[in-house]
Amino acid sequence: MNFRVSVHVVPRRGILDPQGKAVGDALRTLGFARVAEVHVGRHVVIELAAESADAARRDATAMCERLLANPVTEDFAIAAVEAA
Amino acid sequence: MKVGIVRFPGSNCEEDSWFAVVEHLREDAVMLWHKAHDLQGADVIILPGGFAHGDYLRAGAIARFSPIMTEVAAHAAKGGIVIGICNGFQIACEAHLLPGALLRNNRGYRSMPVTIRVEHSDTPMTAAASVGQCLTMPIAHGEGRFTASEEDLDRLEGEGQVVFRYVDARGTATPEANPNGAMRNIAGVCNAGRNVVGLMPHPERALDPLLGSTDGLVLFESLLATVNA
Repeated sequence: MNFRVSVHVVPRRGILDPQGKAVGDALRTLGFARVAEVHVGRHVVIELAAESADAARRDATAMCERLLANPVTEDFAIAAVEAA
Repeated sequence: MKVGIVRFPGSNCEEDSWFAVVEHLREDAVMLWHKAHDLQGADVIILPGGFAHGDYLRAGAIARFSPIMTEVAAHAAKGGIVIGICNGFQIACEAHLLPGALLRNNRGYRSMPVTIRVEHSDTPMTAAASVGQCLTMPIAHGEGRFTASEEDLDRLEGEGQVVFRYVDARGTATPEANPNGAMRNIAGVCNAGRNVVGLMPHPERALDPLLGSTDGLVLFESLLATVNA
């Protein structure tokens, strides 16, 4: 079966995220005064063939661990697994 | 000494590194294409600056899986000397040849001269330098903020793996002297075996008085002294 897996990669909490800070500052300048914090990460969509949704999730997790996220500074989450 | 310089698609400091070895040291250098699987008997491997594979995903993340990196990792595992400069430092970190990670600068892209202090002279890149020696050379990077957990940083300091630190004109590591927000002003580190060294500044661009500094020379002379020892 074909699946579409969405992955979120974000800077680990507590690590300075200058990009997120700059975007947050800009949003507040635009008048979105209630913005507390912004973190800018990466959204990766992977289309792949797998035996099941669980297998697709496992494959995507392995991809995150090996390449898509840096284990030193980033966290990842599998946001969605959908049949494609 | 024979130096192998890895050319990735997007490298742009490999000619400067070649020039440093061949024109300034009068030693042998060979360019190694990233898809090759032969280090051609090089004593020292340089991972040069640039934007290998466009810096896509994260700087160094794709280059780490270039075919030649298998041989570079094997060379390092045997105690062979590997030097990562700027993008090469990022690649070495991504390849886990060096500890830590290099994140986006706290103040955007920086292209300027900096002063770094030699913290340890028992590495192949600092053997001819003295501890406390301050060297001026350029940086040019957007992702050079050295980052590791506090625990790992303590361990690196304890093991003497912090090789270079950003300092001011008086040789003091101040926040003002830190161009990118690197933790503890770290500009360069080595691995536990001390045979792999990475740094963000460009010693290969500080070899000629015409370019404003010749302070990079001692780092290349260190490689030569180590190989000939």
